[in-house]
Amino acid sequence: MMNYSTNEMMTVAAARRLGNDSVCFVGIGLPSKAANLARLTHAPDVVLIYESGPIGAKPSVLPLSIGDGELAETADTVVPTGEIFRYWLQGGRIDVGFLGAAQVDKYGNINTTVIGDYHQPKVRLPGAGGAPEIAGSAKKVLIILKQSHRTFVDKLAFITSVGHGEGGDHRRQLGLPGAGPVAIITDLCIMEPEAGTNEFVVTSLHPGVTREQVIENTGWAIRFTDKVAVTEAPNETELTALRELEARTAAAHGQAGGEE
Amino acid sequence: MAEILTLREAVQRFVNDGDTLALEGFTHLIPSAAAHEIIRQGRKDLTLVRMTPDLVYDLLIGAGCAKKLIFSWGGNPGVGSLHRLRDAVEKGWPQPLEIEEHSHADLANAYVAGASGLPFAVLRAYAGSDLPKVNPLIRSVTCPFTGEVLAAVPSVRPDVTVIHAQKADRKGNVLIQGILGVQKEAALAARRCIVTVEEIVDDLKAPMNACVLPTWALSAVCPVPGGAHPSYAHGYYERDNRFYQDWDPIARSREGFTAWIDAFIRGTADFSAFQEKMGQARLAAQEAE
Repeated sequence: MMNYSTNEMMTVAAARRLGNDSVCFVGIGLPSKAANLARLTHAPDVVLIYESGPIGAKPSVLPLSIGDGELAETADTVVPTGEIFRYWLQGGRIDVGFLGAAQVDKYGNINTTVIGDYHQPKVRLPGAGGAPEIAGSAKKVLIILKQSHRTFVDKLAFITSVGHGEGGDHRRQLGLPGAGPVAIITDLCIMEPEAGTNEFVVTSLHPGVTREQVIENTGWAIRFTDKVAVTEAPNETELTALRELEARTAAAHGQAGGEE
Repeated sequence: MAEILTLREAVQRFVNDGDTLALEGFTHLIPSAAAHEIIRQGRKDLTLVRMTPDLVYDLLIGAGCAKKLIFSWGGNPGVGSLHRLRDAVEKGWPQPLEIEEHSHADLANAYVAGASGLPFAVLRAYAGSDLPKVNPLIRSVTCPFTGEVLAAVPSVRPDVTVIHAQKADRKGNVLIQGILGVQKEAALAARRCIVTVEEIVDDLKAPMNACVLPTWALSAVCPVPGGAHPSYAHGYYERDNRFYQDWDPIARSREGFTAWIDAFIRGTADFSAFQEKMGQARLAAQEAE
């Protein structure tokens, strides 16, 4: 058994959720790292689409920006950004939207816009990017972010991208296609929406993580499913592929990719 | 027909105070040299449109050229915040900046609508999002056939668009390759369009179906080698990731930022003088290390 970090556990656990036969719309940063790890391990045929235009990108190193040249060079085709959103996403061809977030709430809604009042912001975040329509139109959504009581909050200052809205069948009432977020993968655990309420509950703890740690690092009264699993630790193949990907990225860019 | 001009002359003739201006290029081919020239010529009260403001609009905002920003993702890619954008939004420096915020899908559709000569774009978007609450221009329209309620947003129709491309021929026909973003749409949505290019060639040798903007759809073509730095020009040079990192401390303080643009932009005659000065500064920094 190799030693591994909690960040490595998070990336590996997220990568495992991406099937070989899926078409994935990839966000920059942690989602891109996990999606490419999946492609380099169990899912060699996964189709990665980036909002800048590459379809079927197969980068050897992680992109620093959403439009790095290697994404275009290794893609099956490169289309205009308008077409990505119009034909491929809104047209219903995306199986999995893979997103990061600044903050999430218990229904998997995402804030990437602002902390505090919109017009008198405490912290101005980058904003929506492609996320609102990815969250709306992908057949399902995976969310990856590090867990703390500042990122997992009871009430979002701003809903940039909708998950399950106010819970229950609110998402369906909004008329949104797709199942919405099906998992939130963190450095501590995996959360999935509870049947009926669609409130995210812990379904798997990463090895060595206690319930108390999860509770301390969640801004709402987090609940646990009846039989909480223990996430399988990263195996040698996964860790080697991840570390080599990060080493190649650091060598190519002079900085690590994707810790945004 | 596009005229082949220097960038200085093109900005003098086609970019006016108070214009709605789009500098497009999605991570790739960002027209940085044009932003520098707009700062040198001291344009004011611009309404800036761009999906990802990036360093080019951090520059224009910090230099006091902008009164309004229309955008959909405002970060320094792979690094963090755009400090001049944040300072303008959070503290009103150097002047208050009105923001009009959209999503990428929305703005991309709005450019398509603008290029199509339509007044608005329609898309399936924003259900459950708070963005329509803070942007009154995001409205809805009911499909007359199915009854589905869809988002409607005004088209983007800039007074002037500036893009950067790999090459033009001597007539001013422009070839763009690699990641295209919304450049073609932004060019065709605008009343006037300036294209800066890496080089002017005798023959574009454009493959069939390549993205070519015909000269008669453009106002001016300006040879500016390296003009997309610190972004990249596919086939010419790579993204200068180091500069994106270096930008963070430069833009973090008002004083540091102002000193930088005074020295490197207002203190240089044109983009090639800027490049020379940057090269010297980097060499000196390397020797000091």
